[in-house]
Amino acid sequence: MATKIVMEALSPTMEEGRLVEWKKAEGQPVAAGDVLAEVETDKAVMELVARAAGVLLKQTVAAGATVPVSSLVGWIGQPGEAVPDGASGPATGAAAPAGASAAGAAPAAGSAAPAAGGTAAGAASAGVGAGAGAAGAAGAAGAAGAAGAAGAAQGGAAGAGAGAATAPAGRVKASPLARRIAADKGVDLTRVTGSGPEGRVIKRDLDRAPAAAAAPTRAVTRRRPDGPPFEDTPLTQIRKTIAKRLVQSIGPIPTFYLTTEIDMERAADLREQIKATQGDAVKVSFNDLVVRAVALTLVEHRACNAWWLDDKIRYWNEVHVSMAVAVPDGLITPVIRNADLKSLTEIGAESRELAGRARERKLKPEEYTGGTFSISNLGMFDIEHFTAVINPPEAGILAVGSIATVPAVVGGQVVPRKRMRVTMSCDHRVIDGATGAEFLKTLKQLLENPISLVW
Amino acid sequence: MATLTYRDALNVALREEMARDDRVFLMGEEVAEYDGAYKVSRGLLKEFGPKRVVDTPIAELGFAGIGVGAAMVGLRPVIEMMTWNFALLAIDQIVNSAAKMRYMSGGQVGVPIVFRGPGGAALQLGAQHSQAFESYYAHIPGLKVIAPATPADAKGLLKAAIRDEDPVVFIEGEMLYNLKGEVPDGDHVTPIGKADIKRAGKDVTIICHSKTVAPSLKAAEALAAEGVDAEVIDLRTIRPLDVDTILESVARTNRCVVAEEGWPFAGVGAQVVDTIQREAFDALDAPILRVTGADVPMPYNKVLERAAKVDAAKIQDAAKKVLYL
Repeated sequence: MATKIVMEALSPTMEEGRLVEWKKAEGQPVAAGDVLAEVETDKAVMELVARAAGVLLKQTVAAGATVPVSSLVGWIGQPGEAVPDGASGPATGAAAPAGASAAGAAPAAGSAAPAAGGTAAGAASAGVGAGAGAAGAAGAAGAAGAAGAAGAAQGGAAGAGAGAATAPAGRVKASPLARRIAADKGVDLTRVTGSGPEGRVIKRDLDRAPAAAAAPTRAVTRRRPDGPPFEDTPLTQIRKTIAKRLVQSIGPIPTFYLTTEIDMERAADLREQIKATQGDAVKVSFNDLVVRAVALTLVEHRACNAWWLDDKIRYWNEVHVSMAVAVPDGLITPVIRNADLKSLTEIGAESRELAGRARERKLKPEEYTGGTFSISNLGMFDIEHFTAVINPPEAGILAVGSIATVPAVVGGQVVPRKRMRVTMSCDHRVIDGATGAEFLKTLKQLLENPISLVW
Repeated sequence: MATLTYRDALNVALREEMARDDRVFLMGEEVAEYDGAYKVSRGLLKEFGPKRVVDTPIAELGFAGIGVGAAMVGLRPVIEMMTWNFALLAIDQIVNSAAKMRYMSGGQVGVPIVFRGPGGAALQLGAQHSQAFESYYAHIPGLKVIAPATPADAKGLLKAAIRDEDPVVFIEGEMLYNLKGEVPDGDHVTPIGKADIKRAGKDVTIICHSKTVAPSLKAAEALAAEGVDAEVIDLRTIRPLDVDTILESVARTNRCVVAEEGWPFAGVGAQVVDTIQREAFDALDAPILRVTGADVPMPYNKVLERAAKVDAAKIQDAAKKVLYL
């Protein structure tokens, strides 16, 4: 009597699991307690172990597939034992060794063997014998039968291949050339959208992909403007669980807040220098510096430049900064598009122009939608610190406080310094605490060393 | 440089080699008095006499064996098979005697012989007379297999084959005999084992030989009109295979189609694909596709025969598939 292998609940909150990899092939002997497969739960990758001894008769779920807890994934039994209701073909392209060798050893005769092997006694020798007998019986029709069998065998293999291919992603499909280029460029293939068959990543996809963000701490990663605008990423089990659990706690957008204080002495110096050298010809406000710094930080921290879209997360390669502007009876968020590709003066001119028209209620809809991250600045109202409300589907908003001269410890001495407190509101379904903290760390580095904002 | 037919280019090669080396002789059915069934040996009897241009009975195994013996004792026979279909009767001498003698004699006895004649399908000659045998002979260690596609290569490679110290299977294209092209004058010898880039390109490599070269070039022109820059490589020699030229091209294009007149199973293209996937795995951006004759005995019916053969449209279609177009 064959024993079912089911997807077990490997964590208290697990409702479904992704079968990452089979550790035993069909036909392989199995002892109770042996690891049969690796399963990704909502928390981690765990081992699915055998509850019975024998051989792994059948894998009914292909590697990569996600199935609910307690659903059937395979069968353990005695060698040659029939699988209940096992009419369907092998789950993966790797057929049972017995069937494969039978087909290979007796291509002319093996017509019936692989098909019958599943239900009848399935040992290799038996398969060959049965096939030879069948061919003998077929007599003059042997050649035609053999041709038909070859066709059937090929059809079966193709079908199995397609089945494995449509299983949910786990392994990135990429051409050998694409893998080599990705390795050379340091590109993470899971972040690249493949344009080949069945989403296979091929060379042209990497020609468009941005280079790796392996920048030194102080150097700023700049975006190439010719990449795809965004990449959609399916939710992993852990992100699904985070989303579900945190919405129950603080819903519908489970927000948390991160605050840091940024030293703005150098930023103030920079403004003084610009004023001294350029006079009134060039206007750069603190807000312009913040917008540009945020835009550059988003290029480096794409995890924060994202939309929550319920079933997936859209990671934007383009950076469109929404800027909250107070208007007589409310507020509106005009968007500075491709802010990372614009200079300080371009950002300044555009934000003033947009804010002006916003107050006159003359913005077109496309001018206040489509942002990928927001900034709300109440510094001009002398607000030291506040928290801003996330503007969905964006996953983050930065609340910018006033720049105040306060006592600060620099080099062991208490000295007056211009400081600015910023608070980032994060959608926890997209951004985790550490992710947001990394973002603020880079932002702080940029604003405290504002020379990299100039070019 | 003269413009010659493929047929006359072979004739020139034979004449020049017979004049250069008096050990060279031609033997086969109808080669002497009738000037050859396809007129490749036209005028040779008159020029070189009946000792060096020898008509045989219809007995392929017998005269192939006589040729092997003559080669073993120092002559350089060129054995004409009226077509390669008839050489099936002589395959024991080609495979078991000619190919293995050097190995089994411990290097003491070589067999410098050329078996030549037309191969491949012509038009409505039926299943038994319409087949491409390159892969049969390329399977055998000890044989060299050549299948030229142009008059210039026909001349240069036949001369190289006659001068080679080992047995060469030289498969001409029955449908190529009237093909005209420029042929270098004088001692034009094309090295065995060197493929030829018949058209340079950067987007996809089309590998072909013999009768599939012309349709491949036609497909490349049609692809150019669609903005695809195809490279066409004529293998010229099937064995030894020019692996370097193939790999160098695929490294540039990352995509490949292999076309051949013969059947798909264990065909020449299968060997080419095997080499590429092993030696140039990291250069591939898409699976390689093969274009072959249909996996059936050649139909006699004209419509079915055309459907079974490789043509430019099929090669063009395969190239677009590997380009994901």
